[in-house]
Amino acid sequence: MPTTDEIKQRIEASIPDSRAEVEDWTGGGDHFRATVVSPAFSGLSRIQQHKLVMDVFAGEIGGSIHAFSVKTQTP
Amino acid sequence: MSEQQTENPLRDAIVEAIKENEVILFMKGTPEAPACGFSMRTVQAVQATGASFAAVDILPDPRIRQELSAVSNWPTIPQLFVNGEFIGGCDIVTEMYESGELHEALGVETPAPGDNTGVSDPAASAPMGIENRLG
Repeated sequence: MPTTDEIKQRIEASIPDSRAEVEDWTGGGDHFRATVVSPAFSGLSRIQQHKLVMDVFAGEIGGSIHAFSVKTQTP
Repeated sequence: MSEQQTENPLRDAIVEAIKENEVILFMKGTPEAPACGFSMRTVQAVQATGASFAAVDILPDPRIRQELSAVSNWPTIPQLFVNGEFIGGCDIVTEMYESGELHEALGVETPAPGDNTGVSDPAASAPMGIENRLG
């Protein structure tokens, strides 16, 4: 089961110049909420921005990550 | 993309439903009895705009979710479509509700800024049941 730190690191490693804040929404280790700030989002639609973050966990969302809530921002 | 001929009636039915309904929400459970908190928040946001919408419960058959995600290229439920276009899931719909963009996307009047104190809570704000359909 991924931890909030792992999720944060994986997002920051995958999305250029990003900063991520990740919280475990329910304390159960499978509902996460991530706020991600990156210049890579600029010019993208909201769907594309969220997709960029969710794609880091492709295959895990719906599996070991039961729920994943995303908020994206440009710096 | 070589299997264009493959029959996939379920996927066809999903594509058809998205095409035929101006506003359609795929969710877990029903608007009256959402089976997941994310579906509940999303359906409340859509209802709070007063727009009419169709809802599909994806729970009865796991293949619905599979095919839907293949169509939309989006992994999670709920999913909202307007005029055939994928709008987003819970996070995006909630964000759009709060900013007034959802009203715009659904073709209903945006609440006047400043005189709506409950905007951040879809359940509490905006009168429900206003019929203000497109066209």
